[in-house]
Amino acid sequence: MIRIAWKSLCSRWPTAILAVLAIAMSVALILTVEKIRRDARDSFTQTVSGTDLVIGARSGSVQLLLYSVFRIGNATNNISWESVEDIRSRTAIDWVIPLSLGDSHAGFRVLGTNLDYFEHYRFGNKRLLTFSDGERFDDVFDAVIGSEVAAQLKYQVDDNIVVAHGTGNASLVEHDQQPFRISGILKPTGTPVDRAIHVSLEGIEAMHIDWRNGAAVKGEGTSAEEVRAMDLKPTAVTALLVGLKSRATVFREQRAINTYRAEPLLAILPGIALQELWNLVSVAEMALMIVSVIVVVAGLVNLMSVLLAGLNERRREMAVLRSVGARPAHVFLLLCIESTLLTLGGIAAGLALHYILTAAGALFLQQRFGLSILLSLPNSTDIKILASVAVAGLLAGMIPALQAYRKSLADGLSQKI
Amino acid sequence: MSNDNQPIVQLTDVHYSWNRNTLPVLSIHEFALDRAEHVFLQGPSGSGKTTLLSLIAAVLSPQQGTIVIDGQPLAELRSSERDQFRVDRIGLVFQQFNLLPFLSVADNVQLSCRFSADRKARACENGLSLDQETDRLLDAMQLSAAQFRNRPTSHLSVGQQQRVAVARALIGRPPLIIADEPTSSLDSDSRQAFLDLLFSELELAGSTLLFVSHDAALASSFDRRIDLRDINQSVSATGPDGELR
Repeated sequence: MIRIAWKSLCSRWPTAILAVLAIAMSVALILTVEKIRRDARDSFTQTVSGTDLVIGARSGSVQLLLYSVFRIGNATNNISWESVEDIRSRTAIDWVIPLSLGDSHAGFRVLGTNLDYFEHYRFGNKRLLTFSDGERFDDVFDAVIGSEVAAQLKYQVDDNIVVAHGTGNASLVEHDQQPFRISGILKPTGTPVDRAIHVSLEGIEAMHIDWRNGAAVKGEGTSAEEVRAMDLKPTAVTALLVGLKSRATVFREQRAINTYRAEPLLAILPGIALQELWNLVSVAEMALMIVSVIVVVAGLVNLMSVLLAGLNERRREMAVLRSVGARPAHVFLLLCIESTLLTLGGIAAGLALHYILTAAGALFLQQRFGLSILLSLPNSTDIKILASVAVAGLLAGMIPALQAYRKSLADGLSQKI
Repeated sequence: MSNDNQPIVQLTDVHYSWNRNTLPVLSIHEFALDRAEHVFLQGPSGSGKTTLLSLIAAVLSPQQGTIVIDGQPLAELRSSERDQFRVDRIGLVFQQFNLLPFLSVADNVQLSCRFSADRKARACENGLSLDQETDRLLDAMQLSAAQFRNRPTSHLSVGQQQRVAVARALIGRPPLIIADEPTSSLDSDSRQAFLDLLFSELELAGSTLLFVSHDAALASSFDRRIDLRDINQSVSATGPDGELR
């Protein structure tokens, strides 16, 4: 029976392929939407691990999380260095990583920080940053670049780079008096770290020595030697990542910082802020999911219409089958096998398409946002989705099959069309 | 169940009408075919030929009377049992469109063996495999098996298609072959050749043939010739009812 169904389908391959394609595209869509949703969450969650508090100027918690950790958007205000020192001196606090943002190089963000970054910043499953080449920055004009920066710009250790003010891709003015030397390249992390150029806080200050009120001071500028001799103590940073000695004190510290009198600050728990972010985007996710489900239904309706439309042309085929001993039940079964073959074909093709889309999309997301989407075997949710599509396909095939069953009962062995 | 002395087909007092309020199209007091007999059934359009064949093939059930095929009263069978009975005992050949165009010649010939274990068992009775028996029948029908076996049937001429249909009706030696105008789409030269092939293979299989045709010229090759008008006592059957032929 399967052989007959298969051969019959092959003889009508153009419509069969269209039906398979419709299902394949809908399956690929629903799987990809689900995959991106899941992996984006994973990737975001992986970016901050081991950080107890994120502190920035007072704004929204989601905004602070986005610009400090994920480098999406810009800060509205800074934290003064006095406040940083004050926070660092609190007894409950174990470590503080200052982050200073606002400059860029060839579209990649420049992050000013200190050596604590390499000591305490963790991603994924509490992993520390490691170097694939070179070492931490040592000098004011040293820079450590992420793997993606190195790969895209083909930089190697000891190359010189020029940093621009502002975070756009086409910067108007470059700090070309003070070229930076690449001292190290980090291993890939699958987080925005891959797309960052890390320099010391002093380096950030050094870049801006010849800048006053947002414009370059005329003249030759200050040489690197003169800059090194200056006092480069930073005046402000964009955000702080904070680790506590004991997680139990996290809410107390958060409250203390939120009510800090010298400056309006905001401290957030990354996990809770992420949750807020998910709540924000869940509406959009739900809308995408609903659209995907509707597309799957459309694919199955198409399958049904292809089979139904074929029935009239195939009355002769059914009559021949009946005359050689196929019962109406066999005809019913035949149509069910057909729809199952088409659905399974659609699911297989859809899976293939999904992997192609994911591979292509992963490249884009990695380059654009430093988010990692990994190719993986279908997980239990995917399998549930696929199983429900298969069952729905079988049910959709029942209707034409029932129709064929009735017709073949009524037509009997009639050869008259 | 089969008894060689019994007729293979026995109709007694059979009346059939399309619905309750109309006169019967078919009223046959007595109609019987002996085993291995080759019978030519003729009659003009609308005389109820196809209706009679449908009754014998257990597609239709009469309102009155009994039909016994190969010792089995059809009235005793449920509808699914009739389907099985039909494929086990009867080979059918129609005027045209006998074959599934997307299957090969060999697959078409073997179709009934897929649905009937009886037919399959009998096809292999003489020690041949199903494929060998298929090849033998194709060769007997002068369709060189080596050449035609794997061809799609859509590439065959009408005459070749009809011979494939005969091979399919004959495989597994069903006791009764019903042929409903199998030659009407053939030209007159190929008709006689077609009949000769059919007869020689029928001798081997020992099957009974009920052959329906308009073409009285063919009748001389048969054991017996029946005009349906002679045995059908119904008056309404002669109406110009195209559907019934």
